[in-house]
Amino acid sequence: MTMTWESIKEGDSISELVKKPGVSQLVKYAAGSGDFNPLHHDYNFPQSKEIGSIIVHGRFKYAVLGECVSNWLDHQGRIKTITCQYRGMDFPDQEIICKGTIIRKWQEKGEKLVELDVWTENSDGKTTTPGKATVSLKN
Amino acid sequence: MADSFEISEEMASMVGWESEPWIFEVSRSSVRAFARGVGYTDRVYYDVEKAKEAGYMDLPAPPTYLGTAIFIPGESHEFLPTPPGFNPDLKHNLKGLLDGGAETTYFSDICAGDELTCVRKTTNLEKKNSKGLGDFLIVSSDLTYTNQHKKVVAVQSTQAIFY
Repeated sequence: MTMTWESIKEGDSISELVKKPGVSQLVKYAAGSGDFNPLHHDYNFPQSKEIGSIIVHGRFKYAVLGECVSNWLDHQGRIKTITCQYRGMDFPDQEIICKGTIIRKWQEKGEKLVELDVWTENSDGKTTTPGKATVSLKN
Repeated sequence: MADSFEISEEMASMVGWESEPWIFEVSRSSVRAFARGVGYTDRVYYDVEKAKEAGYMDLPAPPTYLGTAIFIPGESHEFLPTPPGFNPDLKHNLKGLLDGGAETTYFSDICAGDELTCVRKTTNLEKKNSKGLGDFLIVSSDLTYTNQHKKVVAVQSTQAIFY
């Protein structure tokens, strides 16, 4: 069913997206993004040793926020802005749960706009990547 | 970790510095590779016919994907996706690097077949301190992406943390 701006309600949650990337997935992401920083795949890299582990690319989490919004939007509109901050590290083989809530809908200059809070939580329920997205709906 | 660190006058003078332009390519392979790297299952990012049915000119760049910088061995960074000449020479000597965050604003669709030209500008330097990192430096940058039709398609503001 086509999603319309009318059908969206402030306070609604969007479907969660759960990731549990192992090193292999981070290698695929490194290849796809061009970020071959050893901090994300090499346990012997000095920065990895200092931290005690390799860590998930911050940009991977940003991209996951994007996927979560894209799954909800389902090409019924376009993302106008998407932002995030990296407040905590995430580690391989641990759950990263992406969630979102509709916080505002309005019309401006003929565009039907919706703003969402989106974020990732780790398996302890801590928000490691808070973010926001603004989308415009076709219908 | 830095014991103590100050922003020198020379560093401060780099606010406003702009890189030379660099090309970021958006190809069908690169869109599929990024989508695969994130773990997308939505066929619109992989199947050209599905992309066109969804209203795109070709495979759409997944959210936060702004093309892949052309890589030149010996000139490009050994492992970071930053193109040559895209880092202002701040001479801060801080060894640790973390990504602080990003904000991407889109003005147009970006699809496979687009060739984006990007210019990076340093917009702010800020020193902060935390228990975990000690003194650290936040370098804020704006990256402006223009497509082959000379249209600005996206601007990304980023924060890099050096400690």
